[in-house]
Order: sequence, then C-alpha cells, then structure tokens
Amino acid sequence: MPWTKILIEKQEPDFDEHPGQQLRKLTVSEAIRETLDQALARDKQVFIMGQGVDDPAGMFGMTLELHKKYGNERVFDTPLSENALTGVAIGAAVTGMRPIYFHNRPDFLMLAMDQIVNHASKLSYMFAGNARVPLVIVAVIGRGWGSGAQHSQSLHGLFMHVPGLRLVMPSTAYDAKGLLVSGIVDDNPVIFIEHRWLFKHKSHVPEELYAIPFGKGLIRRKGKDITIVGVSYMVIEALRAAEELQKDGYDVEVIDPRTLIPLDEQIILDSVKKTGHLVIVDTDWKRCGAASEIASMVAQKGLSYLKAPIKIIAWPDIPVPSSNILEEAFYPSKDNIIRAAKEVLNK
Amino acid sequence: MLRIRLVELKIEELYPQDEMKTPIHLCIGQEAVAAGVCANLNKDDYVFSTHRGHGHYLAKGGSLKAMIAELYGRETGCTKGRGGSMHLIDTSVGFMGCSSIVGGNIPIATGAALSSVLCEHDKVSVVFFGDAATEEGILYESMNFAAFKKLPVIYVCENNFYSVYSHQSARQANDHIHMRPKAFDIPSYQIDGANVAEVYLNSKKAIVDARSGKGPSFLECKVYRWRAHSGPGDPLKEAYRKKDEWKKWMKKDPLKDFENILVKESIITDKEIKNINEKIDKDILEAFEFAKSSPFPDKGELMKYLFR
Repeated sequence: MPWTKILIEKQEPDFDEHPGQQLRKLTVSEAIRETLDQALARDKQVFIMGQGVDDPAGMFGMTLELHKKYGNERVFDTPLSENALTGVAIGAAVTGMRPIYFHNRPDFLMLAMDQIVNHASKLSYMFAGNARVPLVIVAVIGRGWGSGAQHSQSLHGLFMHVPGLRLVMPSTAYDAKGLLVSGIVDDNPVIFIEHRWLFKHKSHVPEELYAIPFGKGLIRRKGKDITIVGVSYMVIEALRAAEELQKDGYDVEVIDPRTLIPLDEQIILDSVKKTGHLVIVDTDWKRCGAASEIASMVAQKGLSYLKAPIKIIAWPDIPVPSSNILEEAFYPSKDNIIRAAKEVLNK
Repeated sequence: MLRIRLVELKIEELYPQDEMKTPIHLCIGQEAVAAGVCANLNKDDYVFSTHRGHGHYLAKGGSLKAMIAELYGRETGCTKGRGGSMHLIDTSVGFMGCSSIVGGNIPIATGAALSSVLCEHDKVSVVFFGDAATEEGILYESMNFAAFKKLPVIYVCENNFYSVYSHQSARQANDHIHMRPKAFDIPSYQIDGANVAEVYLNSKKAIVDARSGKGPSFLECKVYRWRAHSGPGDPLKEAYRKKDEWKKWMKKDPLKDFENILVKESIITDKEIKNINEKIDKDILEAFEFAKSSPFPDKGELMKYLFR
C-alpha cells in the first residue's frame, strides 16, 4: 500500500538508541522477520499463521517469503475465521506447538475475543497448570490515512483488563526482536501489539537471538524534572517532546514500559520519586485504559512522591475519525505532551 | 457406560447435601455416546468436552477420584479446585479439558488435530458438543478449516434436543444438523445415540478415516437428556417437555437395552453383571471417601497457576 509508505516516511522518528555508532540497524518489520526466520529454524514446534502471511506483501514484510523457506505447512494463510482460528492456535498450543498468529489490525481481534478471553487466558489457571498455551498473537495498529473507526484501534486496554494474558507493546526494532523471542519462548498467551508508524524506524538489532524479559521497562531518556511514560509509538512522541522541553530548561525522563502485563511498576515509581511529576501518554482511549491503570498504580503506591496531579494524554472517548483534519484533532502529538508537561510542572 | 451411570446417580443422590458446591450437568441417558466413541480411541488420542463432561472424562479413562474430589472443591481434584465440575481435565489419558462456553472447544480440538498433522503422528482429536453448539458460528468456521486441511478431527454432536429449557424447534430453522457438515464435504452420520453399538461402529469408521488421513467426520447422535440442564432431577419437566416425546424416549435406556442384548446373546451372565456393578460401587465409594477426606486448597495459593 503506497500511502502507508509515504505516511511513515513522513513520520520517521528521530530517535536512535545508538547515535553515531556503526552498528547493524534494522526496521521493526525486518527485525521481526529475522526473529521468525531464526525461530522457525531453531524450533520445529513454531509455526506461523494468519491472513496473508504468505502473500506478496508478507504482513508488512514481517513474514515475507518465509513460506518458501519453511513450507506452507508451517507458514500458512488462514480463512477469515478469527475466532475459530484463534481456537485452532490454542488447540495446537495445548498439544505442544508454539503458534504465532498474525493479524493486520487489533480491530480484527474483537472477532476472537471468546477464544482469547474465555479460553487462552483461562486454561492454565482453570486447569491448575495442566494446560499451557504458548501462543503469540500479533496485531498492528493501523493509525492514519483515514483508516477510521474500524481500522485504527489499539484496544490494548481491553487485553490489559484480562488476567492470564501477557501484553507486549514494543517501540523499537531492538525491543521487537527481543520481546518477540520472549513471547515465543513463554508458555503463556502473549498479545503482541505493534504500531504501523514504528515500522520504518531503525535501531540496532543484533543478529543473534536474544530475549528481553517481560516486565522490564526502560529509561529511554534520563531527566530529573518530570517523568513521561509512553506506550508504543507514543514513546517516540514523548522523546520529541522531551527535546523541545529541554530547550525551555525542563529536564525530562522518558520511560518505556515495553510490556503492560507484566508492568514494571518499580521503574515508574522510582522515576516519579525522583521527578515528582508524571505525564502518561497512550495510543488508546483514556477510560479504563493502560494510562489510567498506570496513574491508578502511582496514586496507590507513590502518591507522596507527586508534587502535582498526574496528566494523561490519550485518545478522546470517541471512535477514530477519518478526515485528516479530524485525525489531527483526535490524535495527541508532541505538542499536547509539551503543554501537559508544562501544566504539570507549573502547578 | 455403567460406570458413568452409577457415578452420575451417586452425584445426584449426594448433591442435595450441599457439599459439592459446583454446578453439575448430569449426562444420565446420554452415556452411550461417550462410551461408544471413546472405546475406539487410544490412550493418547485427544478428547475435548463441554460443561456436560463427566461421561466423556470417565469414558476416556479420567481418574474417578480426581473428578469427585474436584466436585468437592479439594486440592486433590483434577484441577485442584480451580475448575469445578464444568472444567474437568486429565491429560495423562488424553482428556484435554472441558469448556463451558458452548462450542468453545470445537476449534481447540481442531487445533489439536492440526498439531497431529504438523508433528506427523497419528493421534486423532474428538470433540463432543451439544445441539446448541450447532447454532454457534465457530462450528462452521472450524469445519471449514478442518475440511480444507483434512484434519483428523471427529465432531460429535450429542443432540439431546434441549438447550436449558429451549427445544431445538424453538431455536433452529430445521432439525437437519447432520446435513450441515455436508456443505463442507465432511462425511456426516445421523445415528441413534442411545444405541451404543451404533455409536461404536459409526465412530469407528470416522476415527479410522481420520487416522488414515481422510480428514474430519461428523456424527449427530440423537440422545435424550433425562435430567434438567443442571442440578439433580428435572423439577420443571412437565412445564417444558412434551409428554409423548418424554414417554417415547423413556422406553429406551442405552444401558438396559445393551445389557439385554449382551445377556440374550450369552456374552455376559447375570453373575458377571453383578460383579461389575459391585466393583464399580466399590470404586465410587472409595472415590467419595477420598474426596471428602482430602484437604481443601490453600487460600494462600489463590493466585497460583495464572501463568505457567
């Protein structure tokens, strides 16, 4: 889809974990493809399924031509039966396989909620550990270009509500690889939500397989005046905001939780203890969402650290609009973050 | 079959004592389907079941003691008090668990059959479900995929005509459940689910076909639920069942009918029947004693097993 290419190039993030170093750099989709290639080669139990995983676009490049190397038994297209095919993946998982099920959009996961919420998340507990579900479900948030109400949703707040799931939202290629490895290796169902706007972002990715443990957040930028916690693509916007705030003399710390279940509460609390100010930025609705959950956690465990009320920058509680003018009004950007940070700092 | 019947009758008898604090869904009257199908299976074949799963669990060889202990909510139960009556499991005999979401296990059993193909072993996967599951879209999604991939899965519909109190005629455009799989070119059979020999022979063909790579089959087994949807007895029976239907089905008893044939054909003697009954009664007594004397789960382990 040519439009996405244009849009994403316009949105190429400035952020780079290793500036100036001559290290191998990959995009998120290249990193994921390499991980899948290595996982398929290493582990016969791993297989890949999803609508279009063997088509010429290869799921935004993530699964491109893997079927040619590993065969259509292990990398296969699926009928548009998201609920049943999620059940199929669960059934394969409980009988020893490690399926990875790809979806173009989180919106489509709503068709599979019975199998994800009533089954995948429950089996380990309900059967007292007699069943395990080593399953990774991947979906890509499709923000922008008028994608609108049913092709732009993030919906991770829904999954964060459900005990028994892991919830992973990487913001760099390096993290995408390391967290996907952890997801494949994990014996529990993992919801792995990516963001389309991160797909042209390059970062250093080691060639060998490596795993980033779940529940370990990262300080993306060190600072002492205010903490900004960003989720997924909003980490990039937070870093941009931090650059500008620096010019105004504010020293911003940016935290990337990387996984929302489990959540690295300590890294957030430690940061807030140091800065006394907190802004949380999400790619989802605010009501009952990840940002509200993080705010609630800080209120319960770190209220005394706060010198001003917490601010949340998230989507307004309406469906995503289509017109680009309305999209501009709908999606928060670095400017919203800067404004919120200044409000919090000047309280 | 007899074992299932006697276990269910004992559960029904003791349930009013209020010590089994879990909703029970008795399969009295439907035993022949579980017994007839599972008699064709190997220990490591997969079986998936429903909220009405006691019979399937026992027919596949699930531990009776662990099942009764589960009904009593004990640590020695098959899910250590986490699952209850509707979520039995015994993976040591290939009984892969129950789902109390109608139709919920249909795709999961289909996925187990996919595992079988990917791992190139010859295990087959059987899923039991009721007539109401044929109203769920997930059955048709699953059958399409199984037929497309020629997966070794056998769909066994126990059509007992009732979803709670609602008759099939109040829910479905027609009663031709067995016709629907044919739209996917899945071989489908409508059989008398109260006749264990008929169940055995038809499921044998389906299982042999699946094991030899011919893909899925579908069995619609017409049976009758002798009890209410849940709980002991059927106190509202006269308010929702048709009298002639009830009378007609009560003339059939999968257990007695088969026993009569075995005696008539001199395959079994009255003495042997007595011995089998006594052996089962003893097992049941032991299982209930085991359950009642087992410890409850430790409250401190409430959070255990959420993740592996």
